[in-house]
Amino acid sequence: MVDQGSRQVPLELHIPEPVARPGDEASFRHINFDEGAAIRRPDPCAPEPDLREFPFGLVRVLSGKSAAWDPGLDADTLRRGLQAMVQTRLFEERMFRAHRQGKTSFFMKSTGEEAIAVAPALMLDAQDMCFPTYRMQGWLIARGYPLETMINQIYSNEKDPLKGRQLPILYSARDYGFYSLSGNVGSRFGHAVGWAMASAYRGETGIALSMIGDGTTAEGDFHEALTFAGVYRAPVILAINNNQWAISTFSGIATPEGTTFASKAIAYGIPGLRVDGNDFLAVWAATQWAAERARANKGATLIEFVTYRAAGHSTSDDPTKYRPADEASHWPLGDPVERLKAHLVELGEWSEERHAQMEAELVDHMRTAQRAAEAVGTLGKSKPPAAEMFEGVFKVPDWRVIEQRRELGV
Amino acid sequence: MVAMNMIQAINSALDVKLTEDPDTLVFGEDVGYFGGVFRVTEGLQKKHGLKRCFDAPISEGGIIATAIGMGAFGLRPVPEIQFADYILPAFDQLVSEAARLRYRSNGEFWAPITVRSPYGGGIFGGQTHSQSPEAIFAHITGLKTVIPSTPYDAKGLLISAIEDDDPVIFLEPKRLYNGPFDGRQGVALKTWEGDATADVPESRYTVPLGKAAVVREGSEATVLAYGTMVHVARAGIEDSGVDAELIDLRSIVPLDIDTIVESVAKTGRCVILHEASRFGGFGGELAALVQERCFWALKSPIERVAGWDTPYPHAFEWDYFPGPGRMAKALSRVMENR
Repeated sequence: MVDQGSRQVPLELHIPEPVARPGDEASFRHINFDEGAAIRRPDPCAPEPDLREFPFGLVRVLSGKSAAWDPGLDADTLRRGLQAMVQTRLFEERMFRAHRQGKTSFFMKSTGEEAIAVAPALMLDAQDMCFPTYRMQGWLIARGYPLETMINQIYSNEKDPLKGRQLPILYSARDYGFYSLSGNVGSRFGHAVGWAMASAYRGETGIALSMIGDGTTAEGDFHEALTFAGVYRAPVILAINNNQWAISTFSGIATPEGTTFASKAIAYGIPGLRVDGNDFLAVWAATQWAAERARANKGATLIEFVTYRAAGHSTSDDPTKYRPADEASHWPLGDPVERLKAHLVELGEWSEERHAQMEAELVDHMRTAQRAAEAVGTLGKSKPPAAEMFEGVFKVPDWRVIEQRRELGV
Repeated sequence: MVAMNMIQAINSALDVKLTEDPDTLVFGEDVGYFGGVFRVTEGLQKKHGLKRCFDAPISEGGIIATAIGMGAFGLRPVPEIQFADYILPAFDQLVSEAARLRYRSNGEFWAPITVRSPYGGGIFGGQTHSQSPEAIFAHITGLKTVIPSTPYDAKGLLISAIEDDDPVIFLEPKRLYNGPFDGRQGVALKTWEGDATADVPESRYTVPLGKAAVVREGSEATVLAYGTMVHVARAGIEDSGVDAELIDLRSIVPLDIDTIVESVAKTGRCVILHEASRFGGFGGELAALVQERCFWALKSPIERVAGWDTPYPHAFEWDYFPGPGRMAKALSRVMENR
């Protein structure tokens, strides 16, 4: 053993901090938004080693930088996407208010992140399964799940499809390709891999999409899922919603600054794409690329959608306590609704008048749904029969739940 | 009927299911080409193909997450966790996902998975190859926990577990893989050869989950045990001279409460034996249930014989292991109020 003695410098423990806290000037200078050269669109079947530039680039279509990625969608599809994003935003605003009015116990918004839920919902097939995060209500709305049923779930009322067993917005909607949500983050990431492996095992054609937050990439579930997806070449799209914030913790606590979440793909031997998550067309195009790859038996793709959580984490936190109050307005990638709207207007396929008219219709639609759900009842005013508490523990109840149900007298 | 040890009986159960059900598949660490560290899956890959029985990364959480996804899709995966001591990295998947999926989705999704895992001591495995974690699974609403004690039961229970639509933890008493070990020291080791329970049909049969077996009838006391401890209990009963009734629970969830109550109501005494450490062990739940349902029939306090509340110690294996001597003493104590 060598005695280095006084020649050694004292070690320093590094605790990362975001660039700006409340009172500071908002800044995103630590993030590379890649204003450089256009990004090519490689063959979806290309070998992974030929794709290692993508985790460090940024696929953007609406900026005009990555024309090769333009999915060439018709105006009807674009309007459908815009409508679903606007409906999602209106839905969330009204349900957030409903929480403030004491009509439910909890709520979460996806403001500014709607494209990440809506574009894949419209792009993927009915046979595919999404393993969502709780910030993907847009998926259900895009696929036409009844708003009234969503609200019944949020109110845990008598018509709640989940029978009052789940926290608001932790939906399950198998027929809409939407896997059961849970409040534990990350623990479904690997289910998508198993689902995709099962589809391949049976020789079927459905693939899986799984979403995880930037903060949750630090969980073992993320790395386990990537290991299995890489090893077994699972037909799955593993996606990260990098919205910069995990409750009050900035993304630099989940991964060291100076790298990207997408680059984690490289070590697992799968392609990684870093994508402008507020660009509806880029989200669509990246999902489509990964789906093509999966369907061609070339395995999984990791996609990092770069976005910004304009809302708080949930109804339980005040974001002005941990980040500059106006940070959202400084977000360099803008707002997904405004950007798609502007694109449609530029194409001559949309106008302020049509937008206002659509909004009015969607508000009406939302009001009607909310009124219908409230006629059933809000939280505590109406609930499924208490006997439902004892159902579904097992397929066939065992003596414990039968006796306990009797003990409760229901 | 052919004579099978427990390894062969479990292998036969997997073979039967792989043959008759294309949705059944087996995977885990070293289970594929090599056939598992205890040889339980030997030959299955060769016979049924790479996609039906394959190796998994050393990632228990990943193994169970993958199995749940497959189960939700519609398959019946039978993952192996190499030692029950290694199951803890998968605990969140079992508790928060497998056990809760049916309930939280109101039956839209469920996870019909059977997690096989060797458990228990007596093999000089030290603290990381000897533990008995059944109580922590029994506590989890939505999981079933099955523990066979004979080759015949192992095959029949495993087929039932695989066919069950709920997640099952199938704990295999590894000390019983090759013979009916009763905990007696200094005697020649027995194999399963010649044991009636080693007569195992090669074809399909089931032993239902939630049905205990009265393996020895008796009138003076009831002994509740499962897994390796069934054999230890039998030896302890013989040594004690007490006419005790021995019940092999076979599954602790679902629990055959009727058979337990019927027996204790008859004998008025109860001794519970398990290898896991005592405090918070499944014996506590059994004692509470017996007390609640048989209090007025009891002639003496319920006794628990269990592992000590220490980690499983390597050099002190036989001081830790609740052998027939401690079992016999407990029986003598419950007989004091004759």
